[in-house]
Amino acid sequence: MSQAGTGTGAHEPSAAAPVFEGAARRELDAVLKKYPTAQAALLPALWIVQERQGWVSPGAMAEVAEVLGLTVAYVKGVVTFYTMYHQHPVGKHFAQVCTTSPCNLCGAEGVVAALLKATGCKRMGETSPDGLWTVVEAECLGACGFATPVLVDDDLIESVTAESVPALVARYR
Amino acid sequence: MGYPHPSHPRETVLLSRHFGDAEARGLAGWMTRGGYQALEKALGMSREQVIEEVKASGVRGRGGAGFPAGVKWSFMPKQKTKPHYLCVNADEGEPGTFKDRELLRWTPHALIEGSAICAYAIQAEQVYIYVRGEFTEPIRVLQAALDEAYAKGLLGANVLGRGVRIDMTIHRGAGAYICGEETALMNSIEGKRGNPRIKPPFPAAAGLWGCPTTINNVETLCAIPHILEKGAAWYKGLSLSNPKSSGTKLFSVCGAIAKPGNYEVTMGFPMKDLLYDLAGGIKGGRKLKAVQPGGSSVPFITAEEADGALLDYEGCVAAGTQLGSGGMIVYDDATDIVYQVMRLAQFYAHESCAQCTQCREGTAWTTKILQRMLRGEGRMEDLDLLFDLGEQMTGKTICVLSDSCAAAVVSAIRKFRPDFEAYIRSGRAVAV
Repeated sequence: MSQAGTGTGAHEPSAAAPVFEGAARRELDAVLKKYPTAQAALLPALWIVQERQGWVSPGAMAEVAEVLGLTVAYVKGVVTFYTMYHQHPVGKHFAQVCTTSPCNLCGAEGVVAALLKATGCKRMGETSPDGLWTVVEAECLGACGFATPVLVDDDLIESVTAESVPALVARYR
Repeated sequence: MGYPHPSHPRETVLLSRHFGDAEARGLAGWMTRGGYQALEKALGMSREQVIEEVKASGVRGRGGAGFPAGVKWSFMPKQKTKPHYLCVNADEGEPGTFKDRELLRWTPHALIEGSAICAYAIQAEQVYIYVRGEFTEPIRVLQAALDEAYAKGLLGANVLGRGVRIDMTIHRGAGAYICGEETALMNSIEGKRGNPRIKPPFPAAAGLWGCPTTINNVETLCAIPHILEKGAAWYKGLSLSNPKSSGTKLFSVCGAIAKPGNYEVTMGFPMKDLLYDLAGGIKGGRKLKAVQPGGSSVPFITAEEADGALLDYEGCVAAGTQLGSGGMIVYDDATDIVYQVMRLAQFYAHESCAQCTQCREGTAWTTKILQRMLRGEGRMEDLDLLFDLGEQMTGKTICVLSDSCAAAVVSAIRKFRPDFEAYIRSGRAVAV
């Protein structure tokens, strides 16, 4: 049930490139104005990192810690609590399939099998050999009336069935 | 309305009237639908009057706990010695529940208006709207609405020219069911792991950064403009059953149901009518086996118990369950209830923050015992073991996550014991 991919994804940046320069730094500065402490900007800062680099690398954790005045261990402790921060590079497209009971009742497991097949991913959490896809199971995506929802990157696709999966995957090639 | 289906004549549509209406998302469209008149009215009243009105309406928290919202607001200190905060709980993640998602993506201005009224009443200058990280579209829609509201002076340093300051910020979660628990949510805003805090102190005394804080669910706050506009007495009068449950409630119906969707009915509406008249009955013409009317955290009830149940706080308790969040999960007679209960236990095991031993170990053990049963290796004494575990997981932890897991598992065994025994007796195995 790990959210983290284990393959080599298309997003892997050079480890040394700092994130918080230029536009990203300005974005973080705007965030900092909204909270009374720098620590509160941690989740937003991690989102900024992931949006730009595709994952949250150990180097990026160290940079976030430096910028917000926190220890690296503290930042890592927070990163590992939340499932949506990728601690490893993932595929170009990241698909989260809801398999919690309401979706399970409506065939979510068939959607998972179809997604693995159509993307060429060997198993959950692993990136496809072409680096295009990582597929994970998600716990309740909050769209139970539209079973089975699949979140591909930032797009929530409602009412996916095993049959509709190949066309869905084709849209993201 | 039964979004994505057309409104049913037996619905009472207040909050869901504009679901599916793209124009209502924008400020111009919202204004032509009567938007922000309640905020204007509230700012002309004293803070105490606003709180009294909400108290008198009887509106109770729609996130699951059902605590009277006006009473919660009245716990905030009258003398402000530190910043006051309002947290909006949009971390909707209770399996079976998908109402706040629709409120956020179709009527963002209703939430902004309700939140602004609350912020004024409790003297909060800063509102944090905690939206779960997976809600990418709702976040986009809500941020656009916030930008519009700022541009029109409905938020910011001088709301509607009345000299009141209200700022609103979206705080995006990052994947953690437990952050829907109010104190875990506050920790998450503070940039911490989402571990629930020991209570007391309650948030009104020491919430965000130790300051007085109120936290309300999206649906509760969306009801506030209606209460201010039409009056507490009118809202209180919206009840088909008893005065302790007033107003309308959104029910997210899902699972084995013909027309899954969000249905808005007056409190006290018969469960049977919601399932069969509004939501089209059981999918494929099959028979009802079980329902969890308030999300996955409330006890299962059988088809017979659902038959006479009324959808309000007291009616659900009388039927042996709880109203919870109003996320109704419907199980038909083809459901492998043992498998589904294991799947729910697995959810809680995955989402346990792992602070408390009873929860960290209890949810994992429960899952493993149920998986063993599904592999054909169950023992009759496993059922007693699960009851015993359920006992240890109830009322002994910082928050109620482990209680929720136990409630689902224990009620399922009580109601559907033959299903569990059949697995144990036959040694039948399924893939887990």
